[in-house]
Formats: sequence, C-alpha cells, structure tokens
Amino acid sequence: MENVVLKIVNLNAYYGEQRVLKDINLEIYENRVTTILGPSGCGKTTLIRCINRLHELSPKARIEGQVILKNEDLYQIEPMLARQKIGMVFQKPNPFPTMTIYDNVIAGYILSGIKLSKDEKDRIVEESLIKSGLWNEVKDNLFKKGVFLSGGQQQRLCIARALAMKPEILLLDEPTSALDPVATSVIEELIIELKKSVTIILVTHNISQAGRVSDYTAFFYLGELIEFGKTTEMFTVPKNKKTEEYLIGKIG
Amino acid sequence: MKKDNIKKRVFNDKLYRTFVSLFSFLSIIPLFLIVYFVLIRGIKYINLKFIFSMPKPMGEVGGGIFNAIIGSFIIVGISALISIPIGILVGVFLSEYKEKKYVEIIKILVDTLQGIPSIVIGIIAYLWIVKPLRHFSALSGSIALSFIMLPLVIKATEEILNLIPVEIKEAAYALGAPYHRIVLKILLPSASVGILTGILIGISRIMGETAPLLFTAFGNQFLNLNILKPMSTIPYLIYVYATSPYIEWHNQAFAASTILIIIVLSINLFGRFVEKKWKM
Amino acid sequence: MRKDRAFKIILLLLGLLIIILLSGIFLSLVFSSIPSIKEFGINFLFSKTWSPVNNKFGALPFIIGTLLTATLSLLISIPFSLSISIFLSEILKNKFISKIFQTFVELIAGIPSVIVGLWGLFILAPVIRNIQTKIGVQPIGVGIFTASIILSIMIIPYSASIGKEVISMVPNEVKEGAISLGATEFETLKIVTLPFSFKGIFAGFLLSFGRAFGETMAVTMVIGNANRVPVSIFSPGQTMASLIANEFTEATTKLYTSSLIQIGLILFVISMLINILGRLIIRRFTF
Repeated sequence: MENVVLKIVNLNAYYGEQRVLKDINLEIYENRVTTILGPSGCGKTTLIRCINRLHELSPKARIEGQVILKNEDLYQIEPMLARQKIGMVFQKPNPFPTMTIYDNVIAGYILSGIKLSKDEKDRIVEESLIKSGLWNEVKDNLFKKGVFLSGGQQQRLCIARALAMKPEILLLDEPTSALDPVATSVIEELIIELKKSVTIILVTHNISQAGRVSDYTAFFYLGELIEFGKTTEMFTVPKNKKTEEYLIGKIG
Repeated sequence: MKKDNIKKRVFNDKLYRTFVSLFSFLSIIPLFLIVYFVLIRGIKYINLKFIFSMPKPMGEVGGGIFNAIIGSFIIVGISALISIPIGILVGVFLSEYKEKKYVEIIKILVDTLQGIPSIVIGIIAYLWIVKPLRHFSALSGSIALSFIMLPLVIKATEEILNLIPVEIKEAAYALGAPYHRIVLKILLPSASVGILTGILIGISRIMGETAPLLFTAFGNQFLNLNILKPMSTIPYLIYVYATSPYIEWHNQAFAASTILIIIVLSINLFGRFVEKKWKM
Repeated sequence: MRKDRAFKIILLLLGLLIIILLSGIFLSLVFSSIPSIKEFGINFLFSKTWSPVNNKFGALPFIIGTLLTATLSLLISIPFSLSISIFLSEILKNKFISKIFQTFVELIAGIPSVIVGLWGLFILAPVIRNIQTKIGVQPIGVGIFTASIILSIMIIPYSASIGKEVISMVPNEVKEGAISLGATEFETLKIVTLPFSFKGIFAGFLLSFGRAFGETMAVTMVIGNANRVPVSIFSPGQTMASLIANEFTEATTKLYTSSLIQIGLILFVISMLINILGRLIIRRFTF
C-alpha cells in the first residue's frame, strides 16, 4: 500500500525565456526513496528547487503549476513556511562557517527566530545527529566549528541540520558528488535507514546509486518526465526507449 | 637570426630586472625616511607630562597635548559610530542586489564619494552643520570624517560579502529562514573579519585626517568634552604648530606626530593582522 | 513577513541615501557658488587676480598651480609605481616577501598627510634649498617642485597597487605562450603583458592623478602659499585645495567665501570625472 505525500501537478518552470521543466506530473510516496534520474541539464535540480521554492530566488525564474504537500499547495503559503516543511541537502557540504556543530544542527530554529529551551535544543541536537549517524563521532566536540569536519561528516551534519526541522520531505541534491567512495557508501546506507522516518527525494546522475538506494525512479530528459516506476522494474524492463538508452549508457 | 643577438637579449633582461628592483626599493625609502626623522625629532619630547597636560599659551615653553588626544578619540569615535552601521548595511545592499541596474550607479557614486578631496568634504560639513549652528563644533568634524570613512566600510563589506559562497545562503533559505535573519545571522558573521579589517583601516585613515577639520572641529586650546563646541585634534594641532613661528611648537609638532604615527600605523597594521590571522 | 519587508526597505533607503548624499553635496556646492558665478561668470577661470581687499577673485593661478603639481608629481611617480607593479607581480616569486613589500608600499599611503607635510617642511625643504643654491635658483626650499615630490611619494602606492592587480590578471597561458616561443621575461613583459594590461595601468595613473589633484595638507605645508601664477617649477605657488585650506576661515565677505566654494566645486567636479572614468576603465578591464 503506497501513500501519496507529495503531488506535483502540471509544473512548468522557466529561466528567462527558456522553459526548463515541461508539464511535470509526479506523485511521491510516503517513506520511500524516489530518485530523480537523468543526464545533466535535464532539469532534475530545478525540479527539487521548485519543490522547496528555492528556484524563485533567481530573479529570472518563473513557475506555473502546483506542488501539493498533504492537501496543501506549497505555492499558496509563505515560502519560508514551505521551506521549513521540506528539508534540503546540497551537492557540496555547506555547514555555516561561523557556527559550531551544535548551532549548525539547530540553525533552522536560530534562523527562524524560534525560541527553544536548553533541554529541547539538547534533545533535538542529539536526536538529529543520531539519525544522521554522526553522534558518536562528534558528541565530544559539539562546540567546535563545523567546517573542521571531513567532507563526509560535513555532509551528514547538513543532513542533521535538515532533519532537525522535522521536515515531511528530505531533498538530496546529488549529496555524494563531492565525496570519496567510502563517505559515499556511508551516506547511501544512511539514506536507506532514514526512509523509515522521512520521505526522500534523491537527485543523482549515478545510475548504480539510484539502483542501490531507491524504491522509485523518475527519469527526466530535456525537461520532461519520460518514465516513472518502481526502480527494480524500470532498471530491468524500461518501457521507454530513451530510458533504455540512458541506462545502457548511450545518452548522458 | 644572428648568434650574438642572444647575448644582448639576456643582457637587456638583466638590465630590466635590475632597474625594476632598484626603483621598487627606492620607492619605499621615503616611508623609512619619514618615520625615522619624525621619530628622531619627536621622541625626546614625549613623556607623561606631554601626554597628560594642557598646552601652554603661545610661545611659552612646556605644555602638552592632552586636549588634542582626547579630542581625536572623541571625534573619530563619533564618526565611527555613524559610518559603521550605515556602511555595513549599504554594503549588504550593494552585494545583495548586485544584479540590479541602479545598484551599478550607486556603486559608482560610492567610488565618487571616496574620491572627493577631503578639503571639499570639509566645505560640505561647514555648509551643512557649522553654518546653520553658527559656530565650529566637534560634531561637524565627526560628520565630515564619517563621509570619508563611509565608503571604506561600504566597500570592505561589499567585497567580503561577494566572496561568501552562494551555497551557504541557499542552505539558510532551504531551512526556511526569513531574509533579514539570513543576513544578520549567517552573512554578516561570516564576513565579520573582513568588515573589521575595513573598519580598522578606515579608523586609521580618519585618525590622521586634517583638512576636513580645519573649518569644522577647528581647534581648542582647552580641554573640551562638549561635542557642540570646537575641539582640538592631534593632526590639527600638528598643522597649527608646524606652521607657527615658534621653535618650541615645532618640536611639539614632531612629538605629536610621533604619537599620531604610532597610533595610526598600529591600528593599520592590526587591521591587516586581523585579516591574515582569521581569514576563512 | 513584516520584519523582512521592513529590513528590505531599510536597505533600499540606505542605498537611496548614497544618491541623496552625493546629489546633496553637488547641489550645496553649486548653490553656495552662485554669488561668485553671478559676479565673475566664466572669467573666474581665466582671471589672474585674487584680491580679497578689492573683492576681485580669479582662479587661474590655482588652476595652473594644481595642474602643474599634479602633472609633475605623476611624471615623477610613474617609473617608481610601474616598477613596483612589475616587481610585485612578475619578479618577486616568493609570496611571503611580496606580501611584506606590498605592506610597506601601502603603509606609505597610511601615513597622515599632515605628517608627510611636516617632514617635507622641516626635512625635505632644506635639502631642496641646498640644491637650489648649488644650481643658482633663488633658494626658497618650499614651492611647486617640493610639493610635487611630496605628492609623488603619496600617490605611488595608488597606481602601484592598481597596476599590480591588472598585471596579475594577465592569463598565465598568454605569458607562457611567449616564453615557450623563446622570449625572455623582459620581452614577454614588453610584447605581451604590458599591452594586455595597458588600459588598467593607465586607469591607475589617472586615479593617482586625481589623488594628487585634491590632496590638501601636505601640499599646503610645502607649496609656499603664493597667490600668483608660478613662473618656474621652483617658484612658490598655490593649489586649489591649499588655497581653500589657507583662506576659508579668513574669508569675511560673502563673495570671498563663495569664490572659495566655487573652487571647491571645480575640485569636486574634476575629481568626480577622473574617478568615474578611471573606475569605468578598470571595471571594463576586469570583466
């Protein structure tokens, strides 16, 4: 039984005159990992930046359509509220350089001006770091600057920072593209672990990564959604010829 | 191609290196000459009495520059209070809205403000503050100096903010933070070291300014703490003493210059040190 | 989000403040110059007479004095500042030493103008006086020549640092192209690097000329303060800035003050034009 948590309806995104996403309709299932797959320039990053309304920060950007999270159109509420409901992790680890590890985890609360008691803060920091698998490595250094961690640790700190806001959806934008193979496999295991508690949308152009961690895959090509389905099915018997060509390495 | 040509080319290359190195070293010699001669003539008149006592009447031996030291710190302090917050926020504005056309114009205006001769800044402070109030005042001097410091703070802030990776800002947006908190809690703390350097360089600059004070803060033989009255400063005192006909005052001008050089160069060097030490 | 709105409005207003400030400065200067403009018209720029007693004011001696000192100081400074630019970007390969050397150069610009003036008046002027005695010129010590030397010391750091920036911006591949063809470093500099960065270096000279143009205290102390057209580079003279510094507080009549402010207006307009032109060249160069 799959439960739809996020619905993208007739989404079109523009950058200047250029239409970068064309009539996208997509449903995301609760507590599953959905991969957005495709060659670079296919609009996959734009798609997730439309989900948490980061796309509109660029002055030339324009968006049409709906992004519905549990019966609520994210484009009808304050962008900040929408962003709090959707967590995001970026390609390159980007902990806030002036903040300690501790403050980085609760940065979302600090930035939104939400006052927390010391106990609440401690609890959120510990919970989030445990979830992101970083607690044991940093628990004695919580008040050191986050930028002194290794790349993989920084990325897990960014995951903890996103999880701390208790988002409905966690967006991962090629989260391992700046990491070494060991750090990558740690993050991949973490993704599988995390889907128990949060719905995950993963952007990647790494086909084998999509195969390893995701339940569903949406294949994008030149701004269009070409095919959507269970990852295992799509990777064995792709329905569309473009998907097949991409999977065997002919395009991309 | 002739074979002996190569010798001449290598010789020319050596000649060029020698010439360029020589002229480069010659150009920093004035720094040492100025500092050396000012210190050598000034340092023997400096003692606690010189620093902590008031000037004697014209031509009399002895006396100090306490009023000018206090005056310099008050006037510079007030102009720092004016120009730091405004300068930082304008710097934020220029860096955050950099894709807008009108921001390009404001940037050129900031450059223009920086290029206005300091004596003209003095005229402006005279017209805007001294004339309406009908008398010279420390406040008008502070305002004049803040016009000079303002563009320095603006540009330091803008330049350092432009260096902050866009990912850091996006991460803050993605957490749902409102804009003003992103600026105050993420961008400005990340830029703080660079801004501090800009502020320190700016303070060291206005600490030594004289021209804008000639007809604004003017000078005062007595210790004055009222910012609506004329106030003495170290550079103004140096100018008046140096151009006076009294040898005693000439010596005191050198002594005051020694103190000013030490203050100005240490703030300046500290600013550079801060930048090196804590740069991210 | 009301706070966000308010914050953005504050930023915008402060940006506007800069526009208001600059236009305010310009308008105030123009407004206060009106009595003098009305009285003397365009002749203000060409009249040699500056006579407060007769209420007759002409700016020619000071315009010539300013142009003369600024040009002379620029000419003196060029071999030095250009050398520093090349020395820092092309010859000194050691970054640490280069940084220290650059700090020394920048510290020259950090010395307060009044102290440079003090040094010029009591240390340099006597030396110049000795030279003048030897070559048979009236030994005054202070004057246009002394002021130009002092100015050149003060403006070297500006054109040197701009020159260093633009020379460093010449792409390495371009230089290596010349080196790989067998050119010496001097030839590479002459044929590739300098032509490539010429506009930027020129802008640096222009901006330091602007500095020399408006510099006040040091010049006031060593130029000799003579309100007449200088007859030689050794004669005492007066620049526009030094005239204002010397006479503004003594100006008793409205016309006298207004004439001094009009000279301030000329200084403002010219330095503004030089600055905008210089910055535009540099900006175009960097993109």
